[in-house]
Amino acid sequence: MKSLARRLVLAVPLLWLLAFFVAPFAIVLKLSLSRAAMARPPYEPVFNLSDGFWGLVESARQFTFDSYSLLLSDWLYLDVYVSSLRIAGLATLIALLIGYPLALAMSRAPAHWRPILIVLAIAPFWTSFLVRVYAWIVILKDEGLLNHALLGMGLIAEPLRIFATEGAVLIGLVYAYLPFTVLPIFNALDKQDSALVEAAMDLGATKTSAFWSVTFPLSLPGLYAGALLMFIPAMGEFVIPDLLGGSNDLMIGRLLWAEFFSNRDWPMASAAAIVLLGLLLAPLLLFERAQSREADT
Amino acid sequence: MPQPLLQIERVSKAFGKTLAVDDVSLEIAGGEFFALLGPSGCGKTSLMRLIAGFESPDAGRIFIDGRDVSADPPHKRAVNMMFQSYALFPHMNVAANIGYALKRRGLSAGMIGQRVRDMLALVRMEGFEERRPDSLSGGQKARVALARALAGEPKLLLLDEPLSALDRKLREEIQFELMQVQRDLGVSFLIVTHDQDEAMAMASRIAVMRDGGLAQIAAPRRLYEKPASRWVARFIGDANVLEACVREGAASQIQLEIEGALHLVVDGADEAFHPGASVAICVRPERMNLHAERPLTGNVLAGEIVEIVYLGASISWRIRCDNGAVVRVITSSGIDGSFERGARAFISYAPDAARVLCR
Repeated sequence: MKSLARRLVLAVPLLWLLAFFVAPFAIVLKLSLSRAAMARPPYEPVFNLSDGFWGLVESARQFTFDSYSLLLSDWLYLDVYVSSLRIAGLATLIALLIGYPLALAMSRAPAHWRPILIVLAIAPFWTSFLVRVYAWIVILKDEGLLNHALLGMGLIAEPLRIFATEGAVLIGLVYAYLPFTVLPIFNALDKQDSALVEAAMDLGATKTSAFWSVTFPLSLPGLYAGALLMFIPAMGEFVIPDLLGGSNDLMIGRLLWAEFFSNRDWPMASAAAIVLLGLLLAPLLLFERAQSREADT
Repeated sequence: MPQPLLQIERVSKAFGKTLAVDDVSLEIAGGEFFALLGPSGCGKTSLMRLIAGFESPDAGRIFIDGRDVSADPPHKRAVNMMFQSYALFPHMNVAANIGYALKRRGLSAGMIGQRVRDMLALVRMEGFEERRPDSLSGGQKARVALARALAGEPKLLLLDEPLSALDRKLREEIQFELMQVQRDLGVSFLIVTHDQDEAMAMASRIAVMRDGGLAQIAAPRRLYEKPASRWVARFIGDANVLEACVREGAASQIQLEIEGALHLVVDGADEAFHPGASVAICVRPERMNLHAERPLTGNVLAGEIVEIVYLGASISWRIRCDNGAVVRVITSSGIDGSFERGARAFISYAPDAARVLCR
């Protein structure tokens, strides 16, 4: 009985993974190996279960890597990947530079302040994401709030051109995902035994060297987690580059959208999505390896 | 008197409205094994953190080797600490942990390596250089923490409840090693503990703390035999504290009235006692004798046996005296005569077995 119950408990997450990850992934993978067609649905082959097993095998023979070879041979696509990597990487770096000191300050705040600070860090999530991105348009555009304020203070002579540039995309990405970097870092710092820093100072370390030799290295797992939680959604982000970026700031999210809905080239879009997944899995696997190495030693 | 190694001069420290350390003065000599003993919340940990430099005093001064260090940060004090949790750096191996203080001083890798090996030999942990702290047992962690705290050659080592995380058998083993290392190196040790057996066994002098202040500073034996107050008498070991009234208080021979009977106590106290003053006496249970018949002379209390606990080598008795006070007596289990619960019994004690307490 007990083992049955245990299996049922295990079955729930497994079914969840199967239904919401494995099955969609299989569908996208299959799409990426298909050929675009002027039909409905706009690709072939279409699996038809009524053809029986051999019918399915026959359909599978029509699979092609055309979309992938086009993806790898066309500089446009490669450019989009590189610029997505660059923008997401830059946004992650900025988020870490802002987020780490923020998390450090939160972890050093008096105990009764910490819950309030955590709530404040996640408070933006209580409003719609879309509304918040629109708000940034109002702030950043040429005749927006920011330029009004700077002009009014006489700091600039003519409006800064931020809206519809890569800078606006970076601001949007950092703003949107900063809590995801702050919280894991805060968690890693908060659970550190405060005696460790005291021990370092007792053994001759100044506050600065105690931080770099003890606090910082021990917070690295949180920092990696925070970076991943920023980098992964930033890579695939569609709304922010679409609303805040210029027409030249292509990111994979926009590319996918264009392939699916403008070009109706589902196989191409699927292939691009699969490659994106591969790109995102690489840092995850590295993180996983680093974690297990940590656990071994 | 030679210059004390550590001198605490009227130090006070408050946290919010709580006065954690209240006007404490004490001195520790070089090479001494000193214990701060007290119940939790008595301020012993705060006092130690003041010495280490993690807190700064609101009033008073702290001298180490004659130099006022009250305003110095921890890294500038010739004092190291063995933490209660050991606080070993989890991301460094044993060698890096022990060498941490030396690396801060900029010593060469070769010198650090040599010193680390020496320290590991001192705590009998040779060959553990590459191990990570979380792969060590509790006793091994304690040894590495000790080696790390001593690697920088402090003049004074602070030990914050260093044995509280260990099981009983290991505690005795590490306790023995601490004493041996202290004797070998001649470094002053200041241990903070709530465990009086630990303090008694290790320290040459003990400061008993209560409510932020010092209740008594004395050698273990004196603390047990000549407690300074009713509170210390009850805190250290088992004590029978009996209220008494002074009849005649000569320099050392004091006549007291207890339960309407006259008792004679030879205390060796330096204070004179005024006739009529209310005092108390403290007699340790093992210094009392039990009789079935009333002894003809001496200090005698009469009562009824309410509890008998056989402990193998000894027997613990509880006797309710005629005035209502319950007295504990410990006798050898070879005691003559048969005593039963509910039976009448008489307790006697020698004049020099009691201590007169004014406070």
